[in-house]
Amino acid sequence: MSAFTTAVENGIAVVTFDLPGEPVNKLTDAVKVEFEALLIRLRDDTTIRAAVLISGKPDSFIAGADIEEFTALTTESAAERLSFEGQEMVNRVETLPTPVVAAIHGACLGGGLELALACHYRIATDHPKTQLGLPEVQLGLIPGAGGCQRLPRLIGARAALDMILTGKSERSGKALRLGLVDELVPPSILRLAAVTAADRLAREGVPKRKARGGLSDLALDRTAAGRRLVYRAAERQVQAKSGGHYPAPLRALEAVRIGLEQGITAGLAAEHHAFGELAVGEVSRKLVQVFFATSALKKDDGIPPGSAVPRQVRRLGIVGAGFMGAGIAGTAALHVEVDTRLKDADLTRVGKGLKLAGKVLAERYQRRRLTRSQYERLSALLSGGADYRGFARADLVIEAVFEDLALKRQVLAEVEAVTRPEAIFASNTSTIPIHDIAAEARRPDRVLGMHFFSPVEKMPLLEVIPTEATDPEAVITAVRFGRRMGKTVIVVADRPGFWVNRILSPYLNEAAVLLAEGVPIEVVDRTMTAWGFPVGPIALLDEVGLDVAQKAGSVMHAAFGDRLRPPETLARLLADGRLGRKNGRGFYRYHDGHKAGVDDSVYGLIGVRPIENADVTVIERRLVFALLNEAAMALEDGAVRSPRDGDIGALFGFGFPAFRGGPLRLIDDLGAQKVVDTLRDLEDVHGARFSPAGGLISLILQGGRYYPA
Amino acid sequence: MHDSRPGRRVAIVAGLRTPFAKSGTVFREVSATGLARHAARELLVRTELDGREVDEVIFGQVVPSVRVPNVAREVSLLPQLLPSVPAYSLNRACASAAQAITNAADQIALGHADVVLAGGVESLSDIPVLHSRRFSQILVEAGKAKTMGRRLGTLARTRPKDLVPVTPAVAEPSTGETMGQSAEKMAKENGISRDAQDRLALQSHQRAAAATDDGRLTAEIAPWFGGPGMDEIVTADNGIRADSSLEALAQLRPVFDRRYGTVTAGNASPLTDGAAAVLLMAEDKAVALGYQPLAFLRSYAVAAVDPGWQLLMGPVYAVPRALERAAIAWSDLGLVEIHEAFASQVLSNVQAWGSAAWAERLGLAGPVGEVDWERTNVMGGSIAIGHPFGATGARLVTTLAHEMVRRDVQFGLISICAQGGMGSALVLERD
Repeated sequence: MSAFTTAVENGIAVVTFDLPGEPVNKLTDAVKVEFEALLIRLRDDTTIRAAVLISGKPDSFIAGADIEEFTALTTESAAERLSFEGQEMVNRVETLPTPVVAAIHGACLGGGLELALACHYRIATDHPKTQLGLPEVQLGLIPGAGGCQRLPRLIGARAALDMILTGKSERSGKALRLGLVDELVPPSILRLAAVTAADRLAREGVPKRKARGGLSDLALDRTAAGRRLVYRAAERQVQAKSGGHYPAPLRALEAVRIGLEQGITAGLAAEHHAFGELAVGEVSRKLVQVFFATSALKKDDGIPPGSAVPRQVRRLGIVGAGFMGAGIAGTAALHVEVDTRLKDADLTRVGKGLKLAGKVLAERYQRRRLTRSQYERLSALLSGGADYRGFARADLVIEAVFEDLALKRQVLAEVEAVTRPEAIFASNTSTIPIHDIAAEARRPDRVLGMHFFSPVEKMPLLEVIPTEATDPEAVITAVRFGRRMGKTVIVVADRPGFWVNRILSPYLNEAAVLLAEGVPIEVVDRTMTAWGFPVGPIALLDEVGLDVAQKAGSVMHAAFGDRLRPPETLARLLADGRLGRKNGRGFYRYHDGHKAGVDDSVYGLIGVRPIENADVTVIERRLVFALLNEAAMALEDGAVRSPRDGDIGALFGFGFPAFRGGPLRLIDDLGAQKVVDTLRDLEDVHGARFSPAGGLISLILQGGRYYPA
Repeated sequence: MHDSRPGRRVAIVAGLRTPFAKSGTVFREVSATGLARHAARELLVRTELDGREVDEVIFGQVVPSVRVPNVAREVSLLPQLLPSVPAYSLNRACASAAQAITNAADQIALGHADVVLAGGVESLSDIPVLHSRRFSQILVEAGKAKTMGRRLGTLARTRPKDLVPVTPAVAEPSTGETMGQSAEKMAKENGISRDAQDRLALQSHQRAAAATDDGRLTAEIAPWFGGPGMDEIVTADNGIRADSSLEALAQLRPVFDRRYGTVTAGNASPLTDGAAAVLLMAEDKAVALGYQPLAFLRSYAVAAVDPGWQLLMGPVYAVPRALERAAIAWSDLGLVEIHEAFASQVLSNVQAWGSAAWAERLGLAGPVGEVDWERTNVMGGSIAIGHPFGATGARLVTTLAHEMVRRDVQFGLISICAQGGMGSALVLERD
């Protein structure tokens, strides 16, 4: 079956791209072969005066290259050739004698945008689904089909680098302002507008684009000296953001720079060289694996396929209007557009919670991601009260009250008393086993855990925790609901700490032990940010809240014994009234909500003097291997269903470095034997808490890898 | 005791309102739409009604905002309802919400709708302030001007007095008489003393304060999350003065006739912001959905008098008509709610209902009835609670229906006077 159909009318060829059997259009090898033939026809058929390229898919123009095909690339030269051929194909579009109009509705990403950039005119719909971007760096790659060349020429170096180096997509309105598209039309007349434009271009030629922008544009984008400043600023930003772990943005910057300063031929060469190197490099491999794992998770409902269908959630009830409850409410209103009722003990708390939840929407509105009417509509989804009125219609109730078993049981009983028998009850506990909460439930089959991470609107992970008794319908409902909230969902076992907090526990403990040994706070944190974490473990404790961390620590200690015994450090800080960021006092000082350096008085509280010349290698090893060992142990315990889920959980739950793939992937890369050896060394010096996980030993016996090589 | 009126019986299932607040206080920053939507949504929540059941939304509003001329549509576009629910707003002055309720009842009786959300709203903190007629004409002309020179020339015709803003007046367009002047006139012509007016005002405040304390009034109020942090909770009306006294009321100066007048800010209803909503259903629908109706609408009537005469005497005509349509006598009434626009108006209406001379004028065999204050305005009235023009009718229906349940009363009456010389009366019944 053909991916392209061409209808010629009045000398205008309308080429419709509709890749058979796929939800979105992708530039696969087969598509490219077909497209080349089409280009020959457009070149040679003298009856064709102009062409329109449009998609036959509902909300997708071209989603980009076929990433599956990247993984088959084994050598740098093959990858380089792929890029080069893409560049050539796109060049042939640009040099066609007949003008081509790209009619863009839906996602226009990566290779799709590079193709559109080579067209002679671009019309986009004003629909929110229409997004244009070059997300290649997010996969550790760079735009390799001329995107690093044409985008800066079209919209200027600064705007182009902003898009290429972050990989972010722009909505069509912004694209119009940037000059990335020439016209914005409603979807209903896209085809008509494109045909009209094609006809005009055929008669009058391609219009000269007016130089855009004001003085800064002139100064920075259109002089070599100005651009030098732009490159330097971009490089600094990239270094700060990537910590030197991600090579792609710098290579993209290089390709843009060479193209603008030395001409397009040199630029294209730099582009395909870099693409070739990156595509077979370790970082891109890891990021592509993460991409596939995340995509697979989007289709994994956590139950045997077909064993249940999700319930429609028309009203969400939330008990507990604190920071978590409000965050869940706001995020649900924003993404799921679900009627949401917030309940807390008194109206003042409810009001504060509604305000916090509303902020999730207000922030979007202020950033113009929501129109006034959308904002008003979504805001009206949020309501609350000090009683359970409104809960009788709730299909899903999420409890986000204080971490206290008796309280949670009481809330569950209250909710069961007022809701319909089919309603699902989810606890947003971070540490309490769900079966303990459900122990006195009247309908334990409707009870499960939905563990969100704070702040809910930003953190991408959700752990769904069924008990032995939970009905698959409840599981799939929670999984689907979480996914509609924009979360990546992993289904984890009902064991203390679930997955994320379980593997974090020894890591955070070890950081506290290091402090107690006198290692300075900033040394601990800087070691781990250098290793690739977005924040260090001590800063993470401040973020999580010392009270919450303490509570979690004691739960883990009770469940797993002395291996996970939390050191005294936290208790001492808590006794001093420090809760972390939320009360502005923790290991760090805070000024107007911003971190303002280490609080040196902490050392006095824990009774140590900060040592100098701490051995960073040892610090890193202790922290990393504490985490790896626990991950192996928890996986062996069945805390998580697969290494894939475990790694994604670590990446999205607490920012485990993506370029390392995840803790279990890292064990594979290091070699299980080497991990065990290192742990044994650590055990000799620091004690039994480093005793290698049984899972690692059996892994070695079974061949030594979590993932197929 | 069923009568033979046509159509289906209409159940009053529930009612709810925002707190009523003196204009320019807690709802200063809130739009009428915001108030109306709050009352409507909380009513849906409290009744646990599936929003998809609602067939129509009707709201009363007397002074609509220029930007939202049809506030009912904004209510019906609440995400809890289907966007396909039609909605309209109406204006029968102070009887607007009552009119919304009776229109809803008509639609239900006719079988055009099963479930209707009816109510009303007023925000006098959010009133349209207009330009003078002359300035508007200049602006329109300037807008049409083809050249900048001509445009500036047109605008240059503006005189300072053209720029004086025009605010909506509480005055009769036909006579130019303000509502207060009418109340003053009624006090004089009907011989209503200052003391009698102040005593009624005192009773209104004392009863409303008691009903707030014991929760009967607050039960009808959906708390409002006020202030920039949404943590300033408003659960009650802010015009009720539990500490009011005859002495304090007597101190107040008459507003509309400084020398001989008796109408003061103390014995009149204040300018108020608020919204109220009532859920009405066909009786069979209410049963099918498992609701126990508070009461049923038995009859209603609207009447009008010449506004140049005694403006607020419309109820004197409307009430006997409603009773006649209900086929009951005044003596059958267990509870009466009279809208208190002004104490002088309430006492004038009461005097007329009890008078043989008036009965003759109305063509009745005898007086309409003697008001028993033990069964009338038992939770206070608009003087204390406040009077958001468009919403009061829905408050009265809600209050009366709830109190009829509490007292196990079979028949209740609502009487509302309105601008333009109109009066509105509703009879509720319970089985």
